[in-house]
Amino acid sequence: MRFEGAENYVTTPDLKLAVNAAIRLQRPLLIKGEPGTGKTMLAEEVAAALGMPLMQWHIKSTTKAQQGLYEYDAVSRLRDSQLGDDKVKDIGNYIVKGTLWQAFEADEPTVVLIDEIDKADIEFPNDLLRELDRMEFYVYETRQLVKARHRPIVFITSNNEKELPDAFLRRCFFHYIKFPDRDTMQKIVDVHFPGIKQALLKEALEVFFGLREVPGLKKKPSTSELIDWLKLLVAEEIPVEALRSPDQKASIPPLHGALLKNEQDMHLFERLVFMAQRNR
Amino acid sequence: MLIDFFLHLKARKLPVSTKEFLTLLEGLQAGLGEHSMEDFYFLARTSLVKDETHFDRFDQAFGEYFKGIEQIPGLEVDLPEEWLKAMMQKHLSPEEKAKLEKLGWDKLMEEFKKRLQEQKGRHQGGSKWVGTGGTSPFGNNGYNPEGIRVGGESSGNRTAVKVWDQREYRNLDDSVELGTRNIKVALRRLRRFARLGAPDELDLDGTIAATARNAGYLDLLMRPERHNAVKVLIFFDVGGSMDDHVKVCEELFSACRTEFKHMEYFYFHNCVYDNVWRDSSRRHSDRTPLADVMHKYGPDYKLIFVGDATMSPYEILQPNGSIEYSNTEAGAVWLRRLADAYPSMAWLNPEPERTWDYRQSIGIIRKILGEQMFPLTLDGLTRAITHLSRKR
Repeated sequence: MRFEGAENYVTTPDLKLAVNAAIRLQRPLLIKGEPGTGKTMLAEEVAAALGMPLMQWHIKSTTKAQQGLYEYDAVSRLRDSQLGDDKVKDIGNYIVKGTLWQAFEADEPTVVLIDEIDKADIEFPNDLLRELDRMEFYVYETRQLVKARHRPIVFITSNNEKELPDAFLRRCFFHYIKFPDRDTMQKIVDVHFPGIKQALLKEALEVFFGLREVPGLKKKPSTSELIDWLKLLVAEEIPVEALRSPDQKASIPPLHGALLKNEQDMHLFERLVFMAQRNR
Repeated sequence: MLIDFFLHLKARKLPVSTKEFLTLLEGLQAGLGEHSMEDFYFLARTSLVKDETHFDRFDQAFGEYFKGIEQIPGLEVDLPEEWLKAMMQKHLSPEEKAKLEKLGWDKLMEEFKKRLQEQKGRHQGGSKWVGTGGTSPFGNNGYNPEGIRVGGESSGNRTAVKVWDQREYRNLDDSVELGTRNIKVALRRLRRFARLGAPDELDLDGTIAATARNAGYLDLLMRPERHNAVKVLIFFDVGGSMDDHVKVCEELFSACRTEFKHMEYFYFHNCVYDNVWRDSSRRHSDRTPLADVMHKYGPDYKLIFVGDATMSPYEILQPNGSIEYSNTEAGAVWLRRLADAYPSMAWLNPEPERTWDYRQSIGIIRKILGEQMFPLTLDGLTRAITHLSRKR
C-alpha cells in the first residue's frame, strides 16, 4: 500500500514520504501548518486515493479522550431502570462506541482523522498514548479488551494552540505543511480550476501574494481563501483588467472580503490603500 | 552506522529520543528512504523532529553531518563586511589592536573569509554566528586571545548607557523541560479552581438531594467543570544583561506555559516604556503599546516581571533614558502605572538576592514597586507565589 498523490490535492515529495512512512510503519502522522493549508483535506484525500473509509473525530475544547473509545450512557440506563425497561440488565446496551472503536473493529483497514487535537485539554494526547501505540483498549464496564483488527492509518492535525506532550510526539511522524510557494500554488489552483484563464490567474496570484506581504495582518489569507476568492472571481466574471491596476498598492481588489476575514485586517488594509492613494 | 548521526543531532541540541531513532531505522529497513538522499532527509526529518521551530536546526545539523550534500536550505553564510569590521573594532582592546597590527588587519580578514568559505555549513546556530565555543580564532565564546568574537555580548560592561549593536533577541525557547519540574510545582500553588463554562458534569450530591426531594423520581443536576481560573500576565526582560540568565528564564517560561489557561506574555528590554512586544524577532515592527495591554488585561490578572533590573538609573528615572529610542515618559512612570493597575504583582529577579543592595537600579525599582521583588530561585518563587495568591 503506497500513497502516490491524489488527483485533487497537490502533494510535495516530503509530504508524500511522511504519509508513506506513516502507512508503512503504522504510526500516527501529526500534521501542523497555517490554517487553510489543507491539513484536514489530506486525510480525506489519502482515504479516497487508497480507497479506504475515513473516520473523523473532530475535537472540541470539551472533548475527552474517552469519548473516542466509548461512552457509558449512565443517564439513559438510570432512566430505563426507573421505567422498568428490560434492556437495563445488560450494561452493554449502554456502551456507545466512539470513533476509534469503530475503526478498530472495522472489517477493512480505515483512515482515522483526529482533527485539531490542540483544541482539547492539555492532558488529552497523554490519555490516548497507549490506545494509539498498541491500538487496543479495555472497556471496564463489560470487561472486554478491544483490539484493532487492522491498524488504522491515523492522521492528527494541530493548529499549534497548545503544546503537545513529548511522549505523544515521540510516537508520531511529524509533517509541517509550509505555505506553498508560487509554483506549488499554481499547481494547486490548476487542480481546482482546470479551465481558468492564465492571465486572470497570474494577476490574482499577484494580488494574493501582495496581500500576504502586508505587514501586521492578523490572519494572512491562505490557500483555502485563495480558492474561495478565485471561485468568486470566476463566478462573477470579473475581467482581468479589474485586478490589474497601475499601482498595486493603491487599489482594493474586487471581492476582497473572501481574502480578509477580520474587521481589523480589513480596516488596516483600507487604511494602507488610502495612504497609498494620498501619496500618489 | 547512523548512531553517530543520532549523537550528532543530540550534540546540536535537537530533542531527539532513542525511540524516534529506532523508528527511523525501522523506516529505512522498510525501504522508505532508499531512493535518494532527499528521501532519507525527509524520512529523518519526519521521524526525528516534531516541531517546525527545530527544522532549521535540524537542516544545519544534517548538512554538517553529511558534508558534500548540496542544497540543504538554511546554510548560507551572509556577513556584511562593514558590520564585521565595526564588530571587531568594538571588541578589541588597545593591546589587542596592537597585536592585530602585527598580524595585519587585511590578512586577518582574509584568513577569516577563507575559513568561512571552507567552513560553509559547519557553523552552528543561525546566520550570524561563525561558530561557538571553539578554540579557533574565529567565533564566539572562544579563548583565543587573538580571536575575533562575532556577534558577542556587549563587552561585559553592564552600565553602558548606549548599546550600539542592535541585537536580534532570540525568542525565548520554551523547550527546556529538564529541571522545570520544581518550578512547575511551585507555580501550581497559584492555581485556583473555579467552575466556569457550560454545565456538562453530573453533580452527584445535588442529584441525590434533588431526587430525594422529588420523592424518588430522578432529577439530574449538572454543573460546569472546574477550570483553572488564574490569569497571569508575564513581562520578560530580554537581551543585554539578561543574556546570562536566559537559561533560568527559559525554564521558568516553559514551566509557565503549561500551567495556566490564561497566560499572556510580553517582552521588554531593561525597563518598560510605551511599548512591549510579543515576538522578540519582530520587535521593531510588531509592538504593542503598554497602555493597550493595561486596558485589555484587567486588574484580575496577576502581573509577573522577570528581569534582572540591572541598568543605568537613568533608564528608569529620566525621560529619554531608554537605550533604544527616546521615550517621552520615564520608565518609572510606567512602572508606577503598572503597579497601580495590577494589585497583585511580583518581580522575579535572577540576580542573587545578596547583590541587590549593590545595584542602584534594583533599589530604585524596589522602591517603586514596594518590596515585591523576589529572587528567581525555588525559595524565591515560592515566596512570590504566596505573595501573589494572597487575597486582596
